[in-house]
Amino acid sequence: MSSRPRGAAEPAGQRELLSAGDVARTIARMAHQVIEKTALGAGPPEQHPVLLGIPTRGTPLAARLAARIGEFAGTEPPHGALDITLYRDDLRRRPPRALEETQLPPDGIDDRVVILVDDVLFSGRTVRAALDALRDHGRPRAVQLAVLVDRGHRELPIRADYVGKNVPTARAEGVSVLLSETDGLDSVLLRAPEGDTR
Amino acid sequence: MKHLLATDGLDAETATAVLDTADELKHTLLGREVKKLPTLRGRTVITLFYENSTRTRVSFEIAGKWMSADVVNVSASSSSVNKGESLRDTALTLAAAGADCVIVRHPASGAAHRLSGWLAEAGTSVVNAGDGTHEHPTQALLDAATLRERLGSLKDRRIAIVGDVVHSRVARSNIHLLHTLGAEVVLVAPPTLLPVGVEKLPVTVSHDLDAELPAVDAVMMLRVQAERMYGGFFPSAREYSISYGLSERRQALLPDHAVVLHPGPMLRGMEIAHAVADSPASAVTEQVRNGVHVRMAVLYHLLASEGAAA
Repeated sequence: MSSRPRGAAEPAGQRELLSAGDVARTIARMAHQVIEKTALGAGPPEQHPVLLGIPTRGTPLAARLAARIGEFAGTEPPHGALDITLYRDDLRRRPPRALEETQLPPDGIDDRVVILVDDVLFSGRTVRAALDALRDHGRPRAVQLAVLVDRGHRELPIRADYVGKNVPTARAEGVSVLLSETDGLDSVLLRAPEGDTR
Repeated sequence: MKHLLATDGLDAETATAVLDTADELKHTLLGREVKKLPTLRGRTVITLFYENSTRTRVSFEIAGKWMSADVVNVSASSSSVNKGESLRDTALTLAAAGADCVIVRHPASGAAHRLSGWLAEAGTSVVNAGDGTHEHPTQALLDAATLRERLGSLKDRRIAIVGDVVHSRVARSNIHLLHTLGAEVVLVAPPTLLPVGVEKLPVTVSHDLDAELPAVDAVMMLRVQAERMYGGFFPSAREYSISYGLSERRQALLPDHAVVLHPGPMLRGMEIAHAVADSPASAVTEQVRNGVHVRMAVLYHLLASEGAAA
């Protein structure tokens, strides 16, 4: 089910890559992949992975992914949020940002498989900052990465373990992930170049 | 934000942003074994103190270190100031040595402002850590953070500031900040300890502490600054204590939710009774704890971004 017929009534300069239905199906597929890769359901709860969303949109994505995993595997893994603002390497280039909430599961992340969840994977710098932040919160057994959209143009040797959709983009194009929790609807849009927005 | 010199003129949006950041920092660091963030790595912060201080200097030093800045402490008594070097030359020396931020405490009102002018070319930020009887903005911010924590919001709250208002930079900074954040401020002091021009401040004035206490959400006690008094401002410590000290009897007049603050150091028995200072209503140690997070937030807003220098 789409929020609107694909390609119709879209504002000029942007194209819908994923409809609301596509987003739901993509998250469901990623949930199955997580269950398979982490053997979730086979081990005791303390061996379940911990899903940590990177604010802003990674947080609801992590919650949705955890809920879907719960539906399919019968057991919902813990999920939370990891704010990486203070660990970014581009802080000096931008005005100070407001900090967002970090919420870790009560048992912490020591010896757990942590799956970082974000909406778009681009340069990889956000993920690097998240890895630095994780190190200050504990020592996970392993860290994996789940993203809804991988748009390429990596600047660091980082790749995702779970990718909702690979989207080849020009560097100057923009990818917007809209989620009902933050934007009122689910959609992924490709925006035409407006200059380099990196 | 390039400098933090005063709360007079600090807009509500910026003040709230600093307080929100402090909240998040507190939450982020809660229960963490390693209280260190890499945010200000490579930045140099110098504390330049011309007056004695424990909590403010230590608080700034810890704040800087928890943000991974390199913190250097300079005190007037152990520097070339002792040899007669002027504030301007000392400041230029520190800037030339690579300071990104100078945190200054000085007995002269306006010293921090002058410093910010001299350091403008070097691009060094200045934080006022108390200048004479003028302002002490980070103290007001940490008081506001503590009040927000205890009371939820400052909007339409009534706060009494009690005691030596005339010599108190803490009071002056708090009057402006609390007003900006929507609180109502009442100054309670003998006429001799009220500043000239008090009628121009956004406050009401009272000389009767007992009458004010039942209607306030918080009472902020001030230190009697004997070192700044060159005459008789009140007859005796005992009389001051009887009229303006926060005794157990007076505490009983406060509403149950009311918070007691004191910027420290406290003169127990005179300004505040032992039992009151150690009661659950007292937020004195929380003020110190919040001070670190508030100063981290201030350094973050001043130094995290070079773009903010504009």
